[in-house]
Amino acid sequence: MKVLGRSAAIATAGALLAGCAGGPGGGGGKISDDKIVLAVLTDQSGVYADLSGKNAVEAVKMAVADFKAKYGDKAVSKDIEVVSADHQNKPEIANSKAQELYDRQKADLIVDVPTSSAALAVATVAKNKKKVFIDVGGATTELEGKQCNKYTFHYGYNSYMLAHGTGTEVTKDGAKNWYIVYPDYAFGQDMQKTFTAAVKGAGGTVVKSDPTPFPNDNFSTFLLKAPDLDPKPQVLGAMQAGGDLVNLVKQYNEYKLRDKGVGLAVGLMFLTDIHSLGPDALAGTYFTDFWYWNANAGNRAWADKFKAKTGARPTAVHAGDYSAALQYLEAVQRGGTDKSDDVVKQLEGHKVNDVFTSTGTVRAEDHLLVHDAYIAQVKPSAEVKEPWDYEKIVKTIPAAEAFQQPDAACSL
Amino acid sequence: MLQQAFNGLVGGAFYALLALGLAVIFGMLGVVNFAHGAFYMLGAFGAFIALDSLGLNFWLALPLVPVVLGVLGVVLERLFIRRLAPLDPLYNFLFTFGLALILQDLVKRQYGVQSQPYPRPSALDGSINLGLFTYPAYQVFVLAVSVLVCGAVWVVLTRTRVGMIVRAATEKPELSRALGIDVGRWVTPVFGFGIALAGFAGVLAAPMRAVNPLMGSDLIITVFAVVVIGGLGSVFGSVAAGFAVGLVSALGNYYVPSLSQTLVFILMAAVLLWRPAGLFGREEAL
Repeated sequence: MKVLGRSAAIATAGALLAGCAGGPGGGGGKISDDKIVLAVLTDQSGVYADLSGKNAVEAVKMAVADFKAKYGDKAVSKDIEVVSADHQNKPEIANSKAQELYDRQKADLIVDVPTSSAALAVATVAKNKKKVFIDVGGATTELEGKQCNKYTFHYGYNSYMLAHGTGTEVTKDGAKNWYIVYPDYAFGQDMQKTFTAAVKGAGGTVVKSDPTPFPNDNFSTFLLKAPDLDPKPQVLGAMQAGGDLVNLVKQYNEYKLRDKGVGLAVGLMFLTDIHSLGPDALAGTYFTDFWYWNANAGNRAWADKFKAKTGARPTAVHAGDYSAALQYLEAVQRGGTDKSDDVVKQLEGHKVNDVFTSTGTVRAEDHLLVHDAYIAQVKPSAEVKEPWDYEKIVKTIPAAEAFQQPDAACSL
Repeated sequence: MLQQAFNGLVGGAFYALLALGLAVIFGMLGVVNFAHGAFYMLGAFGAFIALDSLGLNFWLALPLVPVVLGVLGVVLERLFIRRLAPLDPLYNFLFTFGLALILQDLVKRQYGVQSQPYPRPSALDGSINLGLFTYPAYQVFVLAVSVLVCGAVWVVLTRTRVGMIVRAATEKPELSRALGIDVGRWVTPVFGFGIALAGFAGVLAAPMRAVNPLMGSDLIITVFAVVVIGGLGSVFGSVAAGFAVGLVSALGNYYVPSLSQTLVFILMAAVLLWRPAGLFGREEAL
């Protein structure tokens, strides 16, 4: 009787301790502040607000809900909070918001962060604070190159993937001569370089590259010039994004360049861009994507849930955010702690198999998520059966080819 | 080459329409209207809303949207601009600047930052053979309409009594008052008209440019340069400079793409060194 009472007391104490730690399976005080805080640092009002923005927060909340549903009482922590902040696409604001999120809001993870310069700023903060950061929205290969660090992961896509998808495949497909127009700032210049390398690598030629003002609403000069170049380019490679891309494509159609034998390939495009232009404006255009909501039944089921919450179909970035948050939580669950060093260990080399990718591996050397990418073509409206159903996946680029090899400049 | 020049004129048509409104408003009210780009944006969104929610096509939106925006301009002038006018010009500057941000954010809140789809009117879908080259019909239409509108404004200003009063009040407000012209009576309609012109340019832009909340703020800096080049307060100067700047930036894009963005401002600096009041401005406007 006495023995039983003692063990009951121990059990009670244990339960209390576990309770303090945020729930059973918490491993006894291994969850900092008794809760897990996921922070979505995003663009809430600028040019990327639609492709990530508030719907990125919804995607992360969906990950938390799915995680809780899967583990129930066995979840490492019952208390999982999602917070968000706006970085306005400015690196200095991203820097201060990231510090605030980690320090004051007790964030254990920062996720999303579109805009390369902002992403690099957050990576530096993550390194200094020794806190986990998973970038989904940024394109720069610097994140896993020269500026890589132990606490930063890059999920989704990068400029190498875009160039070696569209640049290589379109050239191999027969369009040997390219005319590249790129917005005259860091992203555009980087894209111009990687695309030129990819086109050359596939046996093609870049006849000419022109920088265009940024932002710009009048591309007529460049479009008129295109068919007159010698040799005549078979494809116009447009590295513009957002509103600039919309301007360019509208005017590309006005000048009927496709009829004049100059096709269109786009460096970076999201589902939301196609929605703005309407599929007819872009029909036949090639681009590289890394997730498409209507590619299979699994994606579609997840996209239906997303649509019920947001009213829109998810972009690839939204799916990436979901997966990043989910895989982070799974890593905490496996390790039984949200201590950054342990979570990093759990993530390194981990095979990712969820709605975002079934072929993903978090590469231990540089923390890049390597996974399949896709060459997509915009459907003509006759083939579009429902709103947002704009893409036809014409080719899968296997994970091993889709991304670059680890950069020697990166040491974690 | 000729085609590129033509191109420049089409781009210049938007500068001309916007600069014309800015110049008239500045001349009559002494207000540097920083919200002008926002009204251009509202014009394009007006066309989109008319089509998307009301089912009104481009041809109905083209007169309707500017009228609605003109009325909005009149209301704003009555409620705010008029009260701020006697104060330091800084008040009006801050007011219109703030107004631009508010209008932009309201649209952003409702429609997001992504561009909204707006199709070309089907009647202008094809190309027109202009003899030396063929050109998209819609672009030819934009150029023709803007030349026509600028011309009509010019005729009204020079050939009618109303125009004479507005011109007198624009160019020499004090003297006009001294001569017994009721300048105040014309201030409100002129402001409304300037706003309507910006809205008109916006509707014209919708089929060929990205319809998003930022479209006005991206353009307005260049339009200010246009007005300065043309000469602050000079109606003719603004229109001429609008087309000239369009031409210069098209040719700049062709020959030195990397410089094209700054070219307009180099031109502005050069003009100001040579004629501090702008090409067609009067010294006393300074």
